[in-house]
Amino acid sequence: MADFIQILKAADAQLASAQEDVAALQLANDADPLSEDLAGVQRIELHFPKFSDGRAFSQAWLLRRRLGFRGDIRATGDVLVDQLVQMQRSGFSSAVLRDDQDVEIAQRQLGRYASFYQGDAIGQVPHFRRAG
Amino acid sequence: MYQYTDFDKQFVRARAAQYRDQLERNLAGQLGDDEFRPLRLQNGWYIQRYAPMLRIAVPYGEISSAQLRVLARIAREYDRPDPELIARAQATQEALGEVPVRGGAPVRTVLKSGYGHFTTRTNVQFNWIPLARSADVMDLLASVNMHGIQTSGNTIRNITSDQQAGIAADEIADPRPFCEIMRQWSTLHPEFAFLPRKFKIAVNGAREDRAAIGWYDVGLQLLRNDAGELGFKVLVGGGMGRTPVIGTVVREFLPWDQLLNYLEAVIRVYNRWGRRDNAWKARIKILVKAEGPKFVEEVEAEYKGIVEVDGSAHTITQQEFGRVAANFVAPVLRRERTGVDAQLHAIVRADAEADPAYDRWLQQNVKEHRNPELRAVVLSFKRLGQAPGDATGDQLEAAAELAEHFSAGEARVTHEQNLLLPWVHRDDLPELWAAARKLGLAKPNIGLLTDLIACPGGDFCSLANARSLPIAEAITQRYQDADELYDIGEIDLHISGCINSCGHHHSGHIGILGVDKDGKEWYQVTLGGADGSRLSGAATPGKIIGPSFSAAEVPGVIDALLDTYREQRQALDGKPENFITTLRRVGIEPFRAAANSARFDKHAAAERQVA
Repeated sequence: MADFIQILKAADAQLASAQEDVAALQLANDADPLSEDLAGVQRIELHFPKFSDGRAFSQAWLLRRRLGFRGDIRATGDVLVDQLVQMQRSGFSSAVLRDDQDVEIAQRQLGRYASFYQGDAIGQVPHFRRAG
Repeated sequence: MYQYTDFDKQFVRARAAQYRDQLERNLAGQLGDDEFRPLRLQNGWYIQRYAPMLRIAVPYGEISSAQLRVLARIAREYDRPDPELIARAQATQEALGEVPVRGGAPVRTVLKSGYGHFTTRTNVQFNWIPLARSADVMDLLASVNMHGIQTSGNTIRNITSDQQAGIAADEIADPRPFCEIMRQWSTLHPEFAFLPRKFKIAVNGAREDRAAIGWYDVGLQLLRNDAGELGFKVLVGGGMGRTPVIGTVVREFLPWDQLLNYLEAVIRVYNRWGRRDNAWKARIKILVKAEGPKFVEEVEAEYKGIVEVDGSAHTITQQEFGRVAANFVAPVLRRERTGVDAQLHAIVRADAEADPAYDRWLQQNVKEHRNPELRAVVLSFKRLGQAPGDATGDQLEAAAELAEHFSAGEARVTHEQNLLLPWVHRDDLPELWAAARKLGLAKPNIGLLTDLIACPGGDFCSLANARSLPIAEAITQRYQDADELYDIGEIDLHISGCINSCGHHHSGHIGILGVDKDGKEWYQVTLGGADGSRLSGAATPGKIIGPSFSAAEVPGVIDALLDTYREQRQALDGKPENFITTLRRVGIEPFRAAANSARFDKHAAAERQVA
């Protein structure tokens, strides 16, 4: 299992990107990630216009699993603590929480399930393929 | 039945704990109602017209005695609203008026509590549990491996199948192992929790389609190819609602082990392209209709990527199939009665056989079984004074007893809102009949007019335009004569309180749909719909027979339609042809004319037609 998703507050994320020099690509949530040129890209920012619009989950999945993108995949927009686990399993490696979200509550959600049934986008195989 | 492993059990418990955390944050003001809403919905908690509603998943309809007992306890101890709340609801509903019954007392809404309700998607619903107690209920359910995971929300919903799966004589392969494998795969799938709209899958494993697969987002038909290999015919894009559509075949044969990979492709394409701007156009049927072959091409390309690039992680292994399938072996049942038991049995049997109602029950409620020693028996939850599919705490408890005593501890929730006992020894039929009759669950009406389907409708549901239950009750009251019912024969009457079609009116031979005009309750009647079963023929939506009828007119319209059938029907192989056959033979016109003549005010109806 990969490390837990990095959880950021918007202000921290802004500060960090001002200081670091990261080649970031912002992808609208109706874009086809398979047709993007990702050469030299270190971070891809995917967007949730509403938390209930789940298109970016599929985008992240394709970037991680199909294209094998190894940089940061970041969730932006309407990012709520209760979607962090599924973001992580879909291939996101960082998430900028909506302003009113509580980091402590967010952390509490991450270890809730020991494991899941399906394989995921970050290397976990389905439960039925695991030993024991 | 599938036996939960330690992994399965801890998963359901973790889900209950997660829900408790979410509820507590909501009650503490840390989680806003808007954000809590999809989370509670993904656990089956709606807020309805007067109170919360809980929808509990019964995966592919299989339920154990232990689970039925917990549902009984929930009915008794938790389905208990504040008396003021239910009194207020009762007053509001009563103001909507009565439905007259020819030769009987008019029907009015009577709201009760302390019961569960079997739905057309083989779930169980409760209507009056206070939300503050919802986390306790989820813990209780988890203790018998039950939950409300994905019984709502824009997710992959509870998977349905043939109620006679694993026992039917005409079965090609048992669909239940595949249902279970899909249940596990779809449970908390991270990519597919916020789809454009809900997503429903049905699986059929028999020659006869008893799972209505043409009507589902994905319909799967098990079959064998020329080489004898097992696989699925895959239909995509069926659905009811405002735009009824029968699914399109996108694959004539998909090898069984590719099931999850292919579903992943279908749902990913849907997640990307399904419309999110208009809830009425968001189901996959609209996408399939709009894109046609392009949709299929894109699914095939995506499937290729999953298999060739991603490494097809979800190809079902023979080992996993074997592990799951091993849960569905038939129980060994023996009945040998000796001494006093044998004498007692002889008395019970003689009593039953002397009663014509027993014979009728054998004909209507007892189904053939693959094992010639066994029978499948349907307990009828269609009777006067209780809504279709409703079961009180005591009735749930009693059903648990019957299942335990007569059916190896297993029952099936059917999409016609009854319970089926799948493992009844034929020598137990007189005892079972006597016991079920005492409980009021042996009405010999399975497949007949009063075995009608109805959604909860405007008495409960905030989406409904009109009430379903008083209409159902009025028709049930009018057709209490068993001889008349039997004479009318097999017929599907389906009632929905709104176009969301939970009562499957589109697939009824007669469909009744609640519509709203000027704040009043009106009902559109359709004829000739079919679910895909042998009786009904290929799945197809019914046709509307003119302007809508008032609630008071509906019972008369049903009379008129059935009278027309009885006038027009012919003998077929020495037996009268059934309603749907007559309708198809003579066409809709005489039925339309008869229904129209049952209108109280023909002029007003003509005006509505113009408007």
